[in-house]
Amino acid sequence: MTDILLSVRNLRVVFPHRHGDLVPIDDISFDVKKGEIIGFVGESGAGKSMTGAAIMGLIDDPGMIESGEIWLGDVRIDQLDAKRLIKIRGKRISMIFQDPLTSLNPLKTIGDQLVETILTHLPVNADQAKRKALIGLEEVGIDPGRFNAYPHEFSGGMRQRVVIALALAAEPELIIADEPTTALDVSVQAQVLELLKKLCRERNASVMLITHDMGVIAETTDRVAVLYAGRLVEIGNTASLLSSPRHPYTRGLIASTPSVEHGDISTHLYQIDGSMPRLDALPTGCSFHPRCQDALPRCRLRQPEVINKSVACFLYE
Amino acid sequence: MLLIILRRLGQSFFVLFLVALISFMMFRYVGNPVDNLLGQEATVEQREALIEALGLNDPLFIQYFDFVTRVLQFDFGNSYRGALPVADMILERLPATLELALVSALFAMFFGVVMGVFTAINRRGITGNFILSSSLIGVSLPTFLIGVLLIWLFSVELRWLPSFGRGEVVELGGWTTGFLTVSGLKSLILPGITLGLYQMTLIMRLTRAEMLEVLRQDYIKFARARGLSERAVYFGHALRNTLVPVITVAGLQLGSIVAFAIITETVFQWPGVGLMFINAVFFVDIPVMSAYLLLVGTLFVMINLIVDLLYLAIDPRIRDGQLKRQER
Repeated sequence: MTDILLSVRNLRVVFPHRHGDLVPIDDISFDVKKGEIIGFVGESGAGKSMTGAAIMGLIDDPGMIESGEIWLGDVRIDQLDAKRLIKIRGKRISMIFQDPLTSLNPLKTIGDQLVETILTHLPVNADQAKRKALIGLEEVGIDPGRFNAYPHEFSGGMRQRVVIALALAAEPELIIADEPTTALDVSVQAQVLELLKKLCRERNASVMLITHDMGVIAETTDRVAVLYAGRLVEIGNTASLLSSPRHPYTRGLIASTPSVEHGDISTHLYQIDGSMPRLDALPTGCSFHPRCQDALPRCRLRQPEVINKSVACFLYE
Repeated sequence: MLLIILRRLGQSFFVLFLVALISFMMFRYVGNPVDNLLGQEATVEQREALIEALGLNDPLFIQYFDFVTRVLQFDFGNSYRGALPVADMILERLPATLELALVSALFAMFFGVVMGVFTAINRRGITGNFILSSSLIGVSLPTFLIGVLLIWLFSVELRWLPSFGRGEVVELGGWTTGFLTVSGLKSLILPGITLGLYQMTLIMRLTRAEMLEVLRQDYIKFARARGLSERAVYFGHALRNTLVPVITVAGLQLGSIVAFAIITETVFQWPGVGLMFINAVFFVDIPVMSAYLLLVGTLFVMINLIVDLLYLAIDPRIRDGQLKRQER
């Protein structure tokens, strides 16, 4: 009995394109342990959401998993046909999207959407499903009396609570939360994250928390993976990674996060020069080398491997 | 909710009064009604008497008021030709047109939505693309040509279906129906297809475009991520969201089905109000024309009203008046 729930091995996702293939995810490997919250951080387009979509089998056309393996427990899930994939989606792995305003069907009551999900996955009848849906709403802090309300009758934060109830309805083992709080007010963000954390701990469910917010990472996650231009650049325990980042990109990322602790509001924020390269114009070697202050001559020639399952940089070889 | 309905009703009445005004102007000013009624040889006394009887010396707004009062009592005057009350002529011919419009609308709605959904789901399939490209024919061929082609194929060559008329009809308390006899039903097929083909392709293309748009939405992705079956995603979630705009267009098209019926009725010699209107135009039969205008106008307004009310039933956001300012 291992404690590893999800194992992604050398995942490579490709979008065929007229002028050569685009590779939004290139050779990413990581494990998700049972019950842990692992953060995925990086700039827009770094491949965070795409990793989530790949695990769910929801990559948009014409993209596809070109190579690599995804294992959920002892089942390999990256090659399942649609019929068996449906048994895993929502049941064993579920997903929360960024914008709660658009992730609920506006024409159906939240109760209907909950019951529908429960009936799809659990061996219960309509009455039991409704009872379970009511409990689910109560757990996320929504008055069960609003079972028959439509999504537009809720505020953004409340809607995201409904989305969480939906994602947890079938008691999944892994929840992929794709920027679950980005679209919410700052004051509501903490509540929603706290709720997600609490409910997952109770169920011993693992969470893949995708975000670009270092603050969210620091407060919520056990481990964190840093992605850059489709590659994993660093992965490790949140505490040690934040206190002693190793990869130059991670260092830059942390240095550029504003901090208001101890009344220390510095007016000058660190910036990483330049921007992340586009997928159709990736530099040779390490994709970060044009922006890296510590770049070595070989960084331009070869891509560094992930060393000791922790950092992909020649500085540590 | 009630307020929205009342407001819509108020708007509808306003539009209807405007339509009545145009219809009235047509009756009053297109040609001289006195000449039309009496002919060239009438004496001055006869003319004066008729002018008095028609109230043509009264102030305009009183004439308009009288006109509206009469219209509300279904009194549209007598036809210049044959001197029959126009209301009776319309009532006698309306069932034919309404039955034809109903058949066309059901045909267009059913096949339009089904084929639209099919081509959206099988976007890359051969069948879907074939349906899509052949639908161009339906959009681009004029109605009368389709009618003539269908007559040529099914009536002249194959001899399966009649080429004109309603066939045998059954009288049901003043309403003549072709639904109850075999020949009546057979007669409905060709004109029904002719009249509905354009609307069908329109609804199909609209359904397809809307469905593809809806399938890109986050809530569809989320529905998939919740592990719902493809069936539930397509028919439980996507279709209903697709139908909101489709119903608007389909509803408005229902009005134009009745209006377009003029051409189809001419091609198939269908004894409906459209054919009556065309004949009225030939003989400058103004009362018939203005009554037809009122009829079609009323129909459009009623359909618009029903479409608006259907919105309320389908989309809870409109029920709460939330979308009105943003999206409509």
